[in-house]
Amino acid sequence: MKGRDEIAQALAASGYIADAELATAISLMRLLRRPLLLEGEAGVGKTEVAKALAKVHATELIRLQCYEGLDQSSALYEWNYQRQLLAIQAHRGSDSIEDQVFSEKYLLERPLLAAIRRARAPVLLIDEIDRADDEFEAFLLELLSDFQVSIPELGTIPAMTIPQVVLTSNGTRELSDALRRRCLYHYVDYPDVDRETRIILARVAGAGPSLSLQIARMVEGVRKEELRKVPGVAETLDWAAALVGLDVSNLHDASEIVHETLICLLKTHEDRARVTPEVTQRLLGKVA
Amino acid sequence: MSCCGSSPEFDDLNEVSKLVSARLAAFLRTLRDAGFRVGLAEGQDAATLMSAGYAVRPNLLRAAFKHLFSARKSDWDKFDGLFDAFWLGKRVRSRSRTIGSVPTSSNPSLKGLQDKSAEQGSGQSVADQLPSSDDAPEGRSGEGRMEGASRADNLADVDFRKLSDPDQVAEAHEAAAQLARAMRTRLTRRDLARRRGYRLDLRRTIHRNISHGGVPISLVKRQRKDKPLRLIVLLDASGSMSMYTSLFLRFIHGVLDQFREAEAFLFHTRLAYVSDAMKERDAGRALDRLSIMAQGAGGGTKIGESLQTFNRWHASRVIHSRSCVMIVSDGYETGDAALLGREMAALHRRCRRIVWLNPMMAWEGYAPEARGIKAALPHVDLYAPANSLQSLRALEPYLAKL
Repeated sequence: MKGRDEIAQALAASGYIADAELATAISLMRLLRRPLLLEGEAGVGKTEVAKALAKVHATELIRLQCYEGLDQSSALYEWNYQRQLLAIQAHRGSDSIEDQVFSEKYLLERPLLAAIRRARAPVLLIDEIDRADDEFEAFLLELLSDFQVSIPELGTIPAMTIPQVVLTSNGTRELSDALRRRCLYHYVDYPDVDRETRIILARVAGAGPSLSLQIARMVEGVRKEELRKVPGVAETLDWAAALVGLDVSNLHDASEIVHETLICLLKTHEDRARVTPEVTQRLLGKVA
Repeated sequence: MSCCGSSPEFDDLNEVSKLVSARLAAFLRTLRDAGFRVGLAEGQDAATLMSAGYAVRPNLLRAAFKHLFSARKSDWDKFDGLFDAFWLGKRVRSRSRTIGSVPTSSNPSLKGLQDKSAEQGSGQSVADQLPSSDDAPEGRSGEGRMEGASRADNLADVDFRKLSDPDQVAEAHEAAAQLARAMRTRLTRRDLARRRGYRLDLRRTIHRNISHGGVPISLVKRQRKDKPLRLIVLLDASGSMSMYTSLFLRFIHGVLDQFREAEAFLFHTRLAYVSDAMKERDAGRALDRLSIMAQGAGGGTKIGESLQTFNRWHASRVIHSRSCVMIVSDGYETGDAALLGREMAALHRRCRRIVWLNPMMAWEGYAPEARGIKAALPHVDLYAPANSLQSLRALEPYLAKL
């Protein structure tokens, strides 16, 4: 069993600051051979977990972005129709062409098929599974338990390696119990001040410890305001980069710049109107 | 269930294994009572973890079990309290919420496993309010013993009037919002299924492939362009409906949040357009804003006048050919019933379907005797009860046909 401390360190080295619970979840993925389902608000860094995991294992990240109406042909495989047609045109009159056009040469791999045919086990990220529909979820569940794919013209393709699967969901649709139970579940919350400070330090060159702490505290204050779109970690990093780029080293000395650059955190007109200069001053007052 | 074998470190390993298995089985029962869906596979994996060295570090075991047994956020939030109460003998906090890492406990090892000679199946370490004995019958409901132990399934048939426990109300609200989500997903999926005909557009295909000498290299498929179903909800917020208003508001909040096209209006003595207020991200805040708008009780209900306002000022903007108007009201009209009949007829000419949901319909002995409802019924396509989650759920197949 690779300890969670080693995993947390390896993740940190790859630029992802994980809490102890997430490190535990990742260590369990291999031990129990279960996918990891990450749920949480948009912008809390769910997708980043999969990217960091691929870096830690020095392996490829294969991503399947789900959307409404996603079907097997876009997710698993497709026949290269144009190529097949050209081959038939070129070999007109040949009897064997029929067998040839349904060979691997004419098969287009989509993410799910690619993920089980790699020599080194990749990390398979199934992003926003809640956007796909129920049938696709059922099909995915089957794939995650058997790890083999049946293609009528080619037969059954077993997995060469078993990928580490990470699923993310924003909760736009209630997922089935079967899928939830198949996975290890982890709820990704907005980071606390300490972790967000470390994230800024790790990801934004030029942000010192004191500025990072001030930014994290300020963002925590902004998140407590009544906003329509609560800023995520990506917004925090944008804002930190903007402040560093404008040579701000202490938020108290640059309250005007702080207010103007808050557009990095506030993404709707209403939210922008809600955080007036007075609100910014009040929030700054709470930042030591 | 037995623990998988690891290298023996105790002389009486079997005894310890038995003890661990018994305690684990009791813990699984506790989780099931608290609404967790724990199956055999999870139990086996838990045993694997116990024997893989997790058992001697409570914090590690807590985190591992939390990932293994939780399946949704409500489980995630409850888990730490349940674990600590069962394994470490701490009192259950109400609504334990943890953010970030697990708090370090001072216990160096799990109680009951510290000492090899611990009594089999001892319940010493278990909090009073949790089942500790191994002979607890399967499948007891945990209601009354633990917070949030009831499941949405138990609420499906409960009349909304009878929900008094704040936890149950919260759960019903959550279920109503989820229902709106599920409805929208299934409805849009049916739209897609209807559209997903694999039909070649021959004319366009030939035209597109002229450059290839007529060989159909790139295919053009036809797609039906469907208008999305639009749902327009008119909610009666008068005094006689007060017991149902907040829950329907929550349902509507979910509908507006999920449907691509939905509009909402409140009415009592007058009509108020509330879609914008409902688009608050936070459901609680949206309800607060709306409850202020909904305070019109006392002056009776003027459904006819409210509909007249709707038809005159809003209908042309919000209704299109694939619209369904959903009126949620008990039909007690204190104004002119004839006006209500006329306005319903006018509304019916404009939209595809009118659904009238009446929470009182499910009450025993209720008959639509009120003047208002009598005048309105001839123009209603579907007249249905809406006093429980089950009755709301029953609506979806109907909406799907539109």
